[in-house]
Amino acid sequence: MHVTLMINGEEVSRVVEPRMLLVHFIRDELGLTGTHWGCDTSNCGTCVVLMDDEPVKSCTVLAATASGHEIRTVEGLEVDGVLDPVQQGFTEEHGLQCGFCTPGMMLTARWLLDRNPDPSEAEIREAISGQICRCTGYATIVRSIQWAAGRPRDETVDR
Amino acid sequence: MTSTEPRPIGFGRLQRKEDARFIRGQGRFVDDITLPGMLHGAVLRSPVAHARIVSIDASAALAHPKVVAVLTGRDMEARNLAWMPTMSHDTQAVLATDKVRFQGQEVAFVIAEDRYSARDGLGLIDVEYDLLPAVVNARTALDSDQPVIRDDLTGKTDNHVFDWESGDRAATDRAFARAEVVVEQDMLYPRVHPAPMETCGAVADFDRVSGKLTLWCTSQAPHAHRTLYALACGLPEHMIRVISPDIGGGFGNKVPVYPGYLCAIVGSIVTGKPVKWTEDRSENLMSTGFARDYVMKGAIAGSRDGSITALRVDVIADHGAFNATAQPSKYPAGFFNVFTGSYDLEAAHCHVRGVYTNKAPGGVAYACSFRITEAVYLVERMVDCLARELGMDPAELRLKNFIAPEQFPYESKTGWVYDSGDYERAMRKALAIAGYDELRREQAERRDRGELMGIGIGFFTEAVGAGPRKHMDIMGLGMADGAALRVYPTGKAQLSISVQSQGQGHETTFAQIVAEELGIPPEDIDVVHGDTDTTPYGLGTYGSRSTPVSGAAAALVARKVRERARMVASAMLEVSPDDLVWSKGPPARWQVKGDPEQGVTIQDIAMAAHGSVELPEGVEPGLDAETVYNPPNLTFPFGAYICVVDIDPGTAQVTVRRFIAVDDCGTRINPIIIEGQVHGGLTDGVGMALMELIAFDEEGNCLGGSLMDYLIPTAIEVPDWETDFTVTPSPHHPFGAKGIGESATVGSPPAIVNAVVDALQPYGVRHIDMPCTPSRVWDAMRGQGTPPQ
Repeated sequence: MHVTLMINGEEVSRVVEPRMLLVHFIRDELGLTGTHWGCDTSNCGTCVVLMDDEPVKSCTVLAATASGHEIRTVEGLEVDGVLDPVQQGFTEEHGLQCGFCTPGMMLTARWLLDRNPDPSEAEIREAISGQICRCTGYATIVRSIQWAAGRPRDETVDR
Repeated sequence: MTSTEPRPIGFGRLQRKEDARFIRGQGRFVDDITLPGMLHGAVLRSPVAHARIVSIDASAALAHPKVVAVLTGRDMEARNLAWMPTMSHDTQAVLATDKVRFQGQEVAFVIAEDRYSARDGLGLIDVEYDLLPAVVNARTALDSDQPVIRDDLTGKTDNHVFDWESGDRAATDRAFARAEVVVEQDMLYPRVHPAPMETCGAVADFDRVSGKLTLWCTSQAPHAHRTLYALACGLPEHMIRVISPDIGGGFGNKVPVYPGYLCAIVGSIVTGKPVKWTEDRSENLMSTGFARDYVMKGAIAGSRDGSITALRVDVIADHGAFNATAQPSKYPAGFFNVFTGSYDLEAAHCHVRGVYTNKAPGGVAYACSFRITEAVYLVERMVDCLARELGMDPAELRLKNFIAPEQFPYESKTGWVYDSGDYERAMRKALAIAGYDELRREQAERRDRGELMGIGIGFFTEAVGAGPRKHMDIMGLGMADGAALRVYPTGKAQLSISVQSQGQGHETTFAQIVAEELGIPPEDIDVVHGDTDTTPYGLGTYGSRSTPVSGAAAALVARKVRERARMVASAMLEVSPDDLVWSKGPPARWQVKGDPEQGVTIQDIAMAAHGSVELPEGVEPGLDAETVYNPPNLTFPFGAYICVVDIDPGTAQVTVRRFIAVDDCGTRINPIIIEGQVHGGLTDGVGMALMELIAFDEEGNCLGGSLMDYLIPTAIEVPDWETDFTVTPSPHHPFGAKGIGESATVGSPPAIVNAVVDALQPYGVRHIDMPCTPSRVWDAMRGQGTPPQ
């Protein structure tokens, strides 16, 4: 079947099996491997992308369901060579180690900060509680998001 | 750190080089690799724990239009690959031929044109099983009525794997006989799983023309894996290239060689095309290296005034269906015999009996430093039990019995020589940060109000950085590590190392090590790792051995370069090499003794070494050097942990309110990375102590086979961590470092369980087995024992 969607601001169209998961559509069909696959049961959150600006677990969304919608992946965070403050924050505050959960964590952080520019620590922890990190113990992820909070995009510089 | 702080040249809070690619989604993990014409493999797994295979019919799968090939045990047998050697001198089925021995065991491998078709193929294979009773309880695995799991082993008539003991049994018996107080406690360190966020996988590409196999693989030990493939497959070792690209967490899960890797290799040989295999989460949890599963019977002896005199433990170790633990050959129970911990005892003895069960193989994984997790849990729980019996404060009892700083190097009663330590300093620091006395007062007040607050202490000493190679090998491979350093004419450098990062930040810290030694800025040092074609031989990253072993190699190879540079500098400055002295600067350089104005940096020297400066007789041009580091001893990091929990009396839910961790890992290379690793390990500890469990039903069905059943802490189950440190350098390590990667995973579980038991004192609870889930805590509060698993 035909799937046509917007990915990071660009329209793409592919013929795929109806059963194809969005995560595999993004990774295998579009070659955007920053979105990861970690569990199949919507528990780990390494596959989180933004669909119409809402975080979804792309391992439990069919590519067909996403047809006609707008998808944003980690590859869409940096715009014209300027990092998103969230990306900058994860670097500044050591919010990552192996880097596998990082794309999903950053996209949820971006969603949170778009709605709540000054979240409390509890609100940040709640926002990322559907995602697992095995390396950081979360404290530095929380600090990374706090770093990014209130920093508009144009204040950051490419590193 | 904010970006306005100065960047350190050597050791210090340097931001990671690795982050640039990961924050852009540009990491390159195994499943990210796609090769032209690549096929996809999927493993058919046993649905039952123990059964004879009557027949396998793959004809329907082969008829699927997108299925290219199906491998079964018979196909592997024809290549002499139905079984493979394990890292514990046992064998493990690659694809089952005779029986299946655990639920999730590999039975067949389908190769298809895409991921989904390979999965379709699995459903089209018809396997007929003849069910056998399963051995599930390790405690009764050796009973005469139990079926023999490993009837493939000639003459095997029971499920015994090994017996191993350490320490002095007679002296320990005597110490117990004359002790004023003896406390015994049974405890289980349950089966858990490292569950890295990236599951295991491989892409195998066999070139039929050249005969060269390239394997991208989730491996923490690419060189050791290559040797094992050479031995197992009969492929010449120089024609195998193992590449570990970015690894999405390892924690020990990616040390063993798994059947899926071999299936991908054989699949590529058979089809002539690259074959990718990526396991799903259930496959990861059900079939790959689990951790722990130690049934322990502990006993501690002491005097009424609080001197601990002796410690004894008997262990039944559940090794699953194949003894596939990855640990030094001479240590079948890993380094469990460091179980005397941080205390100066008169005598100690441990006995470990390994048994086979119908469960997945493994046992040494999940950041355990070769079973030191189990050892530390045992001793720290026993010390708390003794404190309770004596009516003594657990902090006071520990302080009274610590090995004193002047006793180092200290030989333990099981033969380990601890390199250095100042335990009291770390303990007192943790107590001060916690506000221990105030916490005890608060606890008393809350108890009066019927609230359940617990304060738990855990103190640990680890033994990390294996070898020495004389005593420690894996599959006969001595546990040493190589490093090669090239310095280019413009003063930029490339360091190649044998260890493989799974998130530890080696590209940053190893550059810092060389920078500290040579004064070349870390950003000018490229660190190459994870590719057997481009890195020197070594045993890999696990057991917290990267910094103690490979880090030492990096420092020593840099010192070799520095000595070569000295010869060139002497030609440049026209003085004798003996008249030069190394100054750390800045700028770091060789300078003339008594004339500090005269000096040259490594960068100056590099150009001269590659240029036309006339060099003294016998001095080769260039500065490059190689080395292999064989550690003279292990290093012994330690730490003092304090946990504060609250338990809801109405729901029995345990909440970790505070966690204070004071770690001593010797010299600190990059505190940002150290703190990060401690945070991660503490979170593992909360997981193991409160949530994580791989359990089985009586038929051997795995009850923890998905992340809906295997619960891992999220951001709302853990507090903000309170970390601090002391520094007691290792006297034998080139720059005094000890390793940190597993300290917190090892040290935190007993602190948390001690806190839970402490909170439940009003209920008379003396012990509770992990994980302290609400239902188990609830049972304990009502005087009901923990049901066996």
